[in-house]
Amino acid sequence: MSPHLNPLTGYLLVAALLFAIGLAGALTRRNAILVLIGIELMLNAANLNLIAFWRYGPHPEALTGMMFAIFSIAVAAAEAAVGLGLVISIHRHTKTTDLDAMNRMKG
Amino acid sequence: MSVVFYLIAGLTVAGALAAVLLKNTVHCALALTVAFAGLALMFLELDAQFAGFAQILIYIGAVAILVVFAILLTRGSETPKDGVFGAKPLFGLVTAAGIFAVLGWAVLHSAQALPGAGGSPTPAPTVTVMQIGNALMDRYVLPLEIVALLLTAALIGAVIVAMHEKAGAR
Repeated sequence: MSPHLNPLTGYLLVAALLFAIGLAGALTRRNAILVLIGIELMLNAANLNLIAFWRYGPHPEALTGMMFAIFSIAVAAAEAAVGLGLVISIHRHTKTTDLDAMNRMKG
Repeated sequence: MSVVFYLIAGLTVAGALAAVLLKNTVHCALALTVAFAGLALMFLELDAQFAGFAQILIYIGAVAILVVFAILLTRGSETPKDGVFGAKPLFGLVTAAGIFAVLGWAVLHSAQALPGAGGSPTPAPTVTVMQIGNALMDRYVLPLEIVALLLTAALIGAVIVAMHEKAGAR
């Protein structure tokens, strides 16, 4: 392995790759639930960045990055609940979760 | 970089790729669980035990189950005939590849300025759950209360949005 690849760089690269995979999924899939899965992957990539910077940053005892990641996990859980509730509600009205077939907001 | 890191990174990225690429939606949800587990292992590898176990509890225990429930309730496991990808998949792929290229370029070019670039291993921070709890009750008590309010509002809202409407009630 290359000598200049320090641990933080490795974690940041993995996070960037996860973010790109999640973005590709969110932009290309038709199913609304798969788009939510892509968004969850992007949020997790951001959490990995926060934790990695907390671990290798100058003041880990201040807990800043750790706290940010924990709050981000909580907000992501709320987002998943609301998003999946909306998908179920839309499916009840239109009998589809295909995003290309959804073109109106009226119930 | 240790062998353990490469193993966990490979597992996580493979799970994420499978979650995005597989045709059957239930398989996607299971692959997403693998990616979440890999991320939890990475948090543990980064000496963030609390965040790692919170990741396992919240993502594998709650979010993945919620996704599976939503898939089964919407009969999303049936593969559509005209493919699982949208009308212009190339556009999304190019955007994601471009963003990864920019992010990777930025990370690699700032590698010398990042902390821990000297090659000397950074000592692991000793953070106990008690310290995290004290910080949550002391310095971060206002964000904690706001997150509690947000979670309550979001869960009640999700239940109301997804609730069955009575016939003729609209």
